[in-house]
Amino acid sequence: MTDATMKADDLPEIAPPRSQWRDVWAQFRNHKGAMIGLAVLVVIVLFVFIGPLIWRIGPEQMPTDALTLIRSKNLGPSWGHPLGTDQLARDELARLMAGGKISIAVGLTAMTLSISLGTLVGVLSGYFKRLDGILMRLTDLFLALPLLPLLLVMVMLFRDTIAHVLGLEAGTFILIVSAIGVTSWMQCARVVRGEVLALKEREFVLAAKSIGTPPRRMILRHILPNVLSPVMVAATLGIANAIITESALSFLGLGFPPDFPTWGRLLYDGVDLMQDNPGLVIWPGVAISLTVLSVNYIGDGLRDALDPRIRGR
Amino acid sequence: MKMKSLMLGAAALLAAAPAFGAGRGSDGQLNLLYWQAPSIMNPYLSSGTKDLEASSIVIEPLARYNPKGEMIPYLAADIPTVANGGVSKDLMSITWKLKPGLKWSDGSAVTADDVVFTGEYCMDPKGGCAQLSHFQNVSKIEAVDPLTVKITYKQPMPDPYGPFVSYESPILQKKQFEKCMGAAAPTCTQANFNPIGTGPFEVVNFKPNDVIQLKANPNYRDPNKPAFATVNFKGGGDAAAAARAVFQTGEYDYAWNLQLSPDVLKGMTGAGAKGKVVAAFGSLVERLEMNLTDPSSSLPADERSTAKHPNPILSDKRVREALSMAIDRNLLVQVGYGAAGKPTCNLVPAPAAYADENNTGCLKQDIAGAKKLLDEAGWKMGADGFRHKDGKKLVLSYQTSTNAVRQDFQALIKQWWKEIGVDTQLRNINASVFFGGDPGSPDTFQKFYADVEMYANNFSGTDPQTYLSMYTCDKAPRPATQWQGENINRYCDPAYDKLVAELGQTADLAKRGELAKKMNDMLTKDTFTIVPLVWRGTTSGVANSIAGEDINPWDSELWNIADWSRKK
Amino acid sequence: MLTYTIRRLILAIPVLLLISLIIFMLLKLAPGDPTAQMPLTIPPDVKEKMKEAMGFNKPLLVQYALWLRQFFIVEPLHWCDVLFGTHFATGLQRIISWQTRSPVFDIIWQRIPQTLTVVGMSYLIGVLIALPIGIVSAYRQYSWFDQIGTFVSMVGFSVPTFFTGVLLIVIFSVELGWFPSIYDTTLVVHDWASFAKQVRQMAMPVAVLALYNAAQISRFMRASMLDNLHQDYVRTARAKGMGERVVVLVHVLRNSLIPVVTVIALGVPTIFGGAIITEQVFKVNGLGQLLITAIYADDVPMVQTLTFIFAILIVLFNLVADILYGLLDPRIRYD
Repeated sequence: MTDATMKADDLPEIAPPRSQWRDVWAQFRNHKGAMIGLAVLVVIVLFVFIGPLIWRIGPEQMPTDALTLIRSKNLGPSWGHPLGTDQLARDELARLMAGGKISIAVGLTAMTLSISLGTLVGVLSGYFKRLDGILMRLTDLFLALPLLPLLLVMVMLFRDTIAHVLGLEAGTFILIVSAIGVTSWMQCARVVRGEVLALKEREFVLAAKSIGTPPRRMILRHILPNVLSPVMVAATLGIANAIITESALSFLGLGFPPDFPTWGRLLYDGVDLMQDNPGLVIWPGVAISLTVLSVNYIGDGLRDALDPRIRGR
Repeated sequence: MKMKSLMLGAAALLAAAPAFGAGRGSDGQLNLLYWQAPSIMNPYLSSGTKDLEASSIVIEPLARYNPKGEMIPYLAADIPTVANGGVSKDLMSITWKLKPGLKWSDGSAVTADDVVFTGEYCMDPKGGCAQLSHFQNVSKIEAVDPLTVKITYKQPMPDPYGPFVSYESPILQKKQFEKCMGAAAPTCTQANFNPIGTGPFEVVNFKPNDVIQLKANPNYRDPNKPAFATVNFKGGGDAAAAARAVFQTGEYDYAWNLQLSPDVLKGMTGAGAKGKVVAAFGSLVERLEMNLTDPSSSLPADERSTAKHPNPILSDKRVREALSMAIDRNLLVQVGYGAAGKPTCNLVPAPAAYADENNTGCLKQDIAGAKKLLDEAGWKMGADGFRHKDGKKLVLSYQTSTNAVRQDFQALIKQWWKEIGVDTQLRNINASVFFGGDPGSPDTFQKFYADVEMYANNFSGTDPQTYLSMYTCDKAPRPATQWQGENINRYCDPAYDKLVAELGQTADLAKRGELAKKMNDMLTKDTFTIVPLVWRGTTSGVANSIAGEDINPWDSELWNIADWSRKK
Repeated sequence: MLTYTIRRLILAIPVLLLISLIIFMLLKLAPGDPTAQMPLTIPPDVKEKMKEAMGFNKPLLVQYALWLRQFFIVEPLHWCDVLFGTHFATGLQRIISWQTRSPVFDIIWQRIPQTLTVVGMSYLIGVLIALPIGIVSAYRQYSWFDQIGTFVSMVGFSVPTFFTGVLLIVIFSVELGWFPSIYDTTLVVHDWASFAKQVRQMAMPVAVLALYNAAQISRFMRASMLDNLHQDYVRTARAKGMGERVVVLVHVLRNSLIPVVTVIALGVPTIFGGAIITEQVFKVNGLGQLLITAIYADDVPMVQTLTFIFAILIVLFNLVADILYGLLDPRIRYD
């Protein structure tokens, strides 16, 4: 920031004072990987959200008479079905688009929830000694809880209540996202806390403290930007994790109803047919990997762009 | 001195290996793969079919069923009947005679005491015996002489072959289990894992939920059998992986319960496959169960899905019939089961004496007829493509356990029902919750918080009496019974209850068949309370090199493992 | 540091007791039924009697107290008997699994070898390849090496093991026939031939798991290295004329290890937890498979014991991580 203001002072007529965020964006734009990642992510989002408006075959649509169904199942790519058909002659392209809608929404939301929770707990327990003991024991507890019974209990207690208030689909979405978020923040919290413990003893933090910076400002200004890189890694890994966990939930009957395809579920259902109809595993696998890769590069770019030292160069 | 000890050693060897036939142990190792791994070798404490299958090659019953459903003597000399005097005329007692000269694998003799003890072991009130229903109405089991056992019942038993028949009720050795009665049963780990038996193999090493190593029983009654010297009984993985190990890599000789879609199996059993699929049909039927009560979540918890509130949609028989007519059972079989399934309209598909072969009306899909029935029932087609009556949309919730084939069935049936204007909300539930009887869970099949649910059921043995008795009024799951009960549909018809009572007192086989058919029809084609879909076979995979295997839907699939051998 | 360690260890006891109570309540609250896997042909009243015999219906606190007694008194006494030939535990009931009716610890003991060889080995290999990859990727950011590393690790992490495992089986067992698709837990290594067999059956599960672990750890290593490479002290060190190797491998690496140590320490207890999916795919039947089958069968004593041991390891290894922070960065003080 200091760099930016200095530049503005020196050459006021050429460069008008720029906000910090514009600066960040300028740096981000220079990051080739990040821009490609962003472009890919935008394409994927368009594909799953706009795609169904153009490609009008429904994901659950199948031939109604037996003969056509038997004939048109497990087909390879063709003009009618660019990605082929599955074991019930449903269009794989339509299923991939429908599945992406849920997977991307669940992946991004659950990841955001999990890293926000993780960062919050991590920063609080690393920065405030009084909170450290209790928060870290809480983390230990969550790490130790067996995931499956925990999810079963959550669903049993809350499914009907939430579904009543928000409707079946929105209720299921909230439940799944919070189930994944609540059970996956611990690693992020531990990592952030470790970083904060070390940061707290660094010269610049001590200096800021000695001039009386209040804790809130300390955390937002000095601590948070410096723990960003592990958080970004946790975020990238978190998306992949959330997409896969969602599919695990649907097998347990805790996720979306079986007529809502998701990428994770498409991939799982395809595994047994891998040798006969490889498209069923390749396409969802590629979709998940591409999403995670693009988020990873965006994260890389964002971290570089938010780091004042790198941005100055 | 040296010479003498050598001689003694040789003599001891000869004594230890009495007259082994040339056939025993000549074919090396047999590799069996059960993707559900056995947890215990004692069927009386077992929690699943996998355990019964494993124990069936070590311990044996007095008699068991062959693949045709006929009873054949195993430890018994013959099958007691009224004709040969083994069963008393008043049907109050049955007398079994043991084969003479039988030995346990430790060399001691099998006596009637062992049989009597097994009965006492299971009937101990503190033991929690899983096979207690085999000993229903037994008042006394006694040893008449060392080779004769007499079982006396409290009431006339038209089917007296409950105790000690089939792999569910084999004979334990008294000496080994004597200290394991009642509350002590679970503490006898050594006995429960390594039971001494009369079967062709004995346990060498048992690792629960993982692997069992067995070797040929030196005291087996046929000196030429079994052909295999050892058995490696591996558990774990899933059905597809098990199929791969038999058909594609050839690592295993036999894989149990390959419930896989025909697409998957076809890919593995094409040209060059190292094994083949075998299937046999017992009494297992995949069916839709209609909830005759209202599962609406707006009802109070103790009134939901109870007889207090009839189902607002499915109480009308015409709707149930229309739902059944819309289904193409042939396609379901082709998609889900292939050679391991047959379309059926019967709740009791076999044995032939009890199956109604005239009940075939549902086999042909009739969309137009279904639409007409719904019109008659007052459900009119709306602009949204679904039917409405009195401002209410025709929407049903449809649940089942998580399983690839069942989810495919759900998708297909939803599509057909959509065509006749019925909207369906699908749900799948983890099998261990769905089939668990936890009264606290809303998702069990007994609670039935849905309009329609799908699963498979069968009966043990070859007599459907207990099976058909499940649908009496008093067996409906409800809060008063902690939601336990077998009458899942909450079906209640005094005429049916009367038939159940009548069946319980009829001994004549032809008459029994007639009654069973009548009851079967009442539940299926007369009321469409139960909508059978597929008569499911048991499917397994066998390596091409195995001879003598004969898959059995009425008993353990390994029932004749003593006759298995490797083709040369 | 020593007083801190001791204080934490003492504090761990009430924490663990509380965790065990919460786990127990969770397991009992979760819908489940130990007789769920029995055939439907067995009537409900028989199932009810079986549950009665297991002690399923006893009051919750009684069941919990019984488990506590068995875990903390009977089991240690039993192991004392086994080791020293004493007879303290004779007649005392050990923790019995509902599913197998045998002592829980005997089964856990049986499962440890394959879990350690497969899951433990893959973790070790994962860490050993992740660290250098992370370091080089960061040092040569955006080089070809870095880009390929990023690609492989992201794909490795986002493609689940239920897919990679089956893919490997199809390629290497079905098509090429190099490795067995089923892990033999009864194999005893006593000579070169059996050792070769062991290596062959371990190859695929270890590869699948190592890829997954390495992907994760190498990302944290790279990110943390990148953060430190641009710090002022690095410039200072270079200005002082230190060799590049010393600067990177001593100063930067040491300061970058805190998040990596956290992640690795968090991963060690999961070795004990086993790898549920990978074990299932390759039929390894280790602790992961034991846990999942026990959960499905609602075998509360087994699940409770396994998760509690897991909890002990988590508390322990998080303490180890905290101590390592202090060693890596002496400025971090807990006292």
